[in-house]
Amino acid sequence: MPHFKLTVSALALVAVSATAAAARDQVRVVGSSTVFPYAQAVAEDFANVTGKPSPVIESTGTGGGFKLFCEGVGEDKADITGASRAIKKSEFELCAKNGVTDITEVLIGYDGLSLAVSRASTFDWALTEKQIYQALAAETDVGGAWVANPYKKWSEIDPSLPDVAILAYGPPPTSGTRDAFVELVMHDGCKQLDFYKALPADKQAAFLTDSCSRMRQDGPFVEAGENDNLIVQRIEADTNAVGIFGYSFLYENADKLAGIPVDGVAPSPETIADFSYGVARPLFIYIKNAHRGVIPGLVEFVDEFVSDAAMGDGGYLQERGLTVLAPEKLAEVQAAATAAAPLAAPAK
Amino acid sequence: MAHFNPSLLRRRRRNEVVLRSLGFGALALAALMLALLVGSLVSTGWQAFTQTHIRMEFPVTAERVKPDDIAKGNFRALVQDAMQAALPGLPAPEARKLAAMLSNAAQFRLRDAVLADPALIGRTVTLTVPVSDPYDQLAKGQIDRATPEANRRLKDTEVAAFDTLAAEGRVSQPLNWALLTNADSRFPELAGLRGALVGSFYALATCFLLAFPLGIGAAIYLEEFAPKNRLSDIIEININNLAAVPSVVFGLLALAVFLGWFGMPRSSPFVGGLTLALMTLPTIIIATRAALKAVPPSIREAALGIGASRQQVVFHHVLPLAMPGILTGTIIGLAQALGETAPLLLIGMNAFITASPATPFDASTALPTQIFLWADSPERGFAARTSAAILVLLAFLAAMNALAIFLRARFERKW
Repeated sequence: MPHFKLTVSALALVAVSATAAAARDQVRVVGSSTVFPYAQAVAEDFANVTGKPSPVIESTGTGGGFKLFCEGVGEDKADITGASRAIKKSEFELCAKNGVTDITEVLIGYDGLSLAVSRASTFDWALTEKQIYQALAAETDVGGAWVANPYKKWSEIDPSLPDVAILAYGPPPTSGTRDAFVELVMHDGCKQLDFYKALPADKQAAFLTDSCSRMRQDGPFVEAGENDNLIVQRIEADTNAVGIFGYSFLYENADKLAGIPVDGVAPSPETIADFSYGVARPLFIYIKNAHRGVIPGLVEFVDEFVSDAAMGDGGYLQERGLTVLAPEKLAEVQAAATAAAPLAAPAK
Repeated sequence: MAHFNPSLLRRRRRNEVVLRSLGFGALALAALMLALLVGSLVSTGWQAFTQTHIRMEFPVTAERVKPDDIAKGNFRALVQDAMQAALPGLPAPEARKLAAMLSNAAQFRLRDAVLADPALIGRTVTLTVPVSDPYDQLAKGQIDRATPEANRRLKDTEVAAFDTLAAEGRVSQPLNWALLTNADSRFPELAGLRGALVGSFYALATCFLLAFPLGIGAAIYLEEFAPKNRLSDIIEININNLAAVPSVVFGLLALAVFLGWFGMPRSSPFVGGLTLALMTLPTIIIATRAALKAVPPSIREAALGIGASRQQVVFHHVLPLAMPGILTGTIIGLAQALGETAPLLLIGMNAFITASPATPFDASTALPTQIFLWADSPERGFAARTSAAILVLLAFLAAMNALAIFLRARFERKW
């Protein structure tokens, strides 16, 4: 069977050359699905303006991004990862273990997390963080006792709230959006409960992470997957369901969805930027400095990312829904990113 | 002789009617579902097959574009100049802001035009460029003008400016060839499937080159040469089992073996093709064995009778006769591989890249993963484009299946 031998050996040759052909001239970015649209924007402008090979941007989630980023140093490893929270101590240690010791952290801006309902809903929605906690947590304070969440309707929590069943669609635990939601809303809401306030001060921190971080599993909170568009479609179809997703999805669908004010403040670019809207979080990118000068275009890509045209006021990332940094902070970030300032080990 | 029993006869008739109507009902239900699927895709996707364009005159001034360094020229400002000139009724800052009506590509098209012909500096260039997504939605009636201004994506001044330009006859809505000829973009009006089509082609070619010879080789050995014993039985059962393994398992395998051990490039169609080949191999082996079995033993015996060796029997007589069946099975296997998403997601073929791959080793997407990527984009325009991309994928699948049917009808032999 000479033909088969030939084919098989040709394939073997191809397979070997595949590894050799991997010499990379494109920047590789992985990480958070929230940072993804911003990385996309920078990549497209970078390729258009400089004519260099188009960077490869992959949306893997914040946790998945660090896993790939921290695999090691080398051509087949990612150069940059996006994160919708700061790097954790465990991730930093994983990086260090694999030889990724020189990392630069760049704060690119802020992202609002919005709670929204369909515009078809006839109720006047306005919630407080405490009410959101009481509606969506696994366990809560009822009359001084810490019990499994008994609430089925919003009106049972506060008679002024709509008399409809609690139903919220939100992100799954693997999502950075979920981490941010728990930290920014659920923890703040939990702190306002009498049961929490009555705890001895030294027990409060542990109580917050152990008992206040769990979303209820009995139906009213539905994990709708990483796809924010799916959540948008579900709450369009389900008039009184609440959706939890990134602000850019609310912005694009403002004709169908209404943002719910939290603690009296409605989400908007202004309220997110000045932090009066409490559900906003920082977004980061992490750069592997060992790849600077090795992977062609990486330095230029980082420069484009932190440029005024991208990250500045009126820049194209702002057009895309990012809440940008104040000018002094931006200058500081730009300097650190260009100088490849190394990141110190995080505390937790 | 049995008694004639009319009630028994009635029951038999009734059973037959029930069976027939059940069968017909099942078919009708399947047809209805297909019609629903295609209907919903077409109803959301058809608008992506056209794209609103606008004709604009761009005065290229030497002040904005230096003749000695054209690429660094301020083409963004030129686009704003053009908008300001086109809307003389508006205050300049407001008119310049409306440059957002034009796609982001306008400045690069203009740059490329001037780069190609530097003599254009100092003159006015007329270009027809895509409008940006919100205005495309407006032109297609997807943005309801009756919505209160505060809840609308476009404000009253923006709608009025677009209407002014449309009234001047600048707006057209040609077929959206960019959907097939452009690579991916973050702007819906520029996003196309070229990267995904090329990626899918490379992946399928790799899959075919690997799975076809290996599958036929394995099937010939099992069918024509292997002794029938317990070992060959075990192999046969395992091949059948392998054909039923969920594709995501092959993705995990590829992630560990191809990317992990061999260090092959992530997101590349070549690795995608290898993964799909693992998945397609059992299908091809099973189809080939069935086709070989269908060749009557008399042909083998006649060839052996006139002194042909076993190898000659297989390659001169049996294999050519079985080829139509083998090809049909292969094409159906490849069509399955074309629609496969899960294993490709695991090896990172869902990355955003604004260029199509030049070789099978460059990072790229494939059709199904591109659909996955677009489905998760916040811009309204991607909803229609997702459906359109699904229609393109379905068209390819239908074409491949039609080819399989044609080959079978044309070349299949009946004994």
